[in-house]
Amino acid sequence: MDALLRLFSLIPGWDQNVPAWASITLAGLVAAGLCLGFMSLGPVGYVYVERKIAGFMQDRLGPMRVGPWGLLQTIADTIKLLFKEAIFPAAVHKVMFVVAPCLVVTGAFMGFAVLPFSPTWQAADLDVGAFYVIAIGSLSTVGLIMAGWASNNKYALFGAMRSAAQIVSYEIPAVMSLIVVVMIAGSLSLQAIVGEQAGGLHNWFLWKFFPLNVIAFLVFFTATLAECNRTPFDIPEAESELVAGFHTEYSGFFFAMFFLAEYTEMFVASAMAAVLFLGGFAAPIPALQTVGGFDIGPVWLIAKAWALVFVHMWLRWTLPRLRVDQLMHVAWKVLLPISLFLIVVVGGLLTWPATANGFPWDRWVGWLLSALLFVYLATTAARAWRWHARQVREAVA
Amino acid sequence: MTASAFVFWVLATIVLGSAAVVVLSRSLINSAFALLATFAGVAGFYVLLGADFLAAVQFLVYVGGILILLVFGVMLTHRIQDLDLRAEARQLVPGLFVAAGVFALLTAVATRTPWAQGPGRELSATTADIGRAFLGKYLLPFEAASILLLVALIGAALIVRKREDA
Repeated sequence: MDALLRLFSLIPGWDQNVPAWASITLAGLVAAGLCLGFMSLGPVGYVYVERKIAGFMQDRLGPMRVGPWGLLQTIADTIKLLFKEAIFPAAVHKVMFVVAPCLVVTGAFMGFAVLPFSPTWQAADLDVGAFYVIAIGSLSTVGLIMAGWASNNKYALFGAMRSAAQIVSYEIPAVMSLIVVVMIAGSLSLQAIVGEQAGGLHNWFLWKFFPLNVIAFLVFFTATLAECNRTPFDIPEAESELVAGFHTEYSGFFFAMFFLAEYTEMFVASAMAAVLFLGGFAAPIPALQTVGGFDIGPVWLIAKAWALVFVHMWLRWTLPRLRVDQLMHVAWKVLLPISLFLIVVVGGLLTWPATANGFPWDRWVGWLLSALLFVYLATTAARAWRWHARQVREAVA
Repeated sequence: MTASAFVFWVLATIVLGSAAVVVLSRSLINSAFALLATFAGVAGFYVLLGADFLAAVQFLVYVGGILILLVFGVMLTHRIQDLDLRAEARQLVPGLFVAAGVFALLTAVATRTPWAQGPGRELSATTADIGRAFLGKYLLPFEAASILLLVALIGAALIVRKREDA
């Protein structure tokens, strides 16, 4: 937005004639428009890629008929979807039925506001950027519950309840693993987090305190994958038991909005993982940061995010979906203790050399807690292993 | 009218309007979802006052936690298939007394407090200061509150636990 404001003031007479609030509003609208274009055109590509990947993984060709290699297939599908009649079943709550998809899309889209595409290409460099992304995600959750309830359909309601329980549960390990990065960077601002990782592959937070941050990255990735309601965490819309979950009753454009939100959430979650652990817009080799004098940071961020989106799709066609109790087991008994453990250990490692400006006793408390937690974690792991072994034995018997 | 005053009145309208829906609506679920606008409006007030961290906390805790729990509660306690959940006002008179009392108290506080006048402070990031205050000057109350919450959490888990002997 600052870049846009500077661009505006290049126009002769702009600063004198246009009030500050108007140019800020205009810059905000232009930035939002750019993000909106990126967000609404993206799924056309994602859906094609996803269907192709699905095809290749199942030894098929995927879409081939419309256009060369089926390239125009999703464009045709999009046009069909937009022109389809949006059917309102007789018993739905009309207002909420319409508001719900809007909330879901808004929640997904608002994440774009803080994604840093380059030092200047960022809609808003909030000081609480990382926290903002997490907070804004709750809007989508409310939208999902509203959609499920307003549909007045048992499958939709079950899907919404499952989805909300799942998102609320997985939000916690996601935030906890994010805290690890925030502690290392010493800031919640995404711009500052990327700035700490500049200067090449070896500076990425992924390698910091090896292998602790690799674990944190895996926890964050798994938790955000679950928040996107993607396989293997897609029981909210499991077609074999719930028809289509919370969007059972939606058709036409309203269905398209849920679709749009899902792919946007995937991109935002992947871009966040890239920003937090993979250096964001910083190039893996510093020499590749600029091409012909232009900063190609946006290309790097989008490439990293798309690589992670590919992993999302890859997992979808590789893993079966989890059962509800397994889902909760993974969130609360596996990911949460691991991320808590990481926070304490990384916190301990960060404060270990610092004695001058910290409290002298906090590192002792930190190490004591860390030792206690380690004992706890070891016993939990042993219990979880025994539980797992019993499940296997019962399944076999 | 300055831009910030305009934003203030827009936010105030949203907060008061949706709060009125929460209180007056006969349908429980409408009340619950109207709370969304109330919470978001209050977060907007925090942004307007330059409290960025507090705004994000407001959104995360109230919209992401409390509102979803409320909606869950409404859906689980009543017949969830029923589109027509009714709120009942049985204790109108005591309720009015309590509301009037709270209103009088808040008005007295608002009118008697010597509010800081003059130009607002420079907008700056608040996160670091809040963190230092919590882990420095206010460490003991902060830890006491966390232990209280932990006890509440364990208590809740204990109450809903499936008992082996039962």
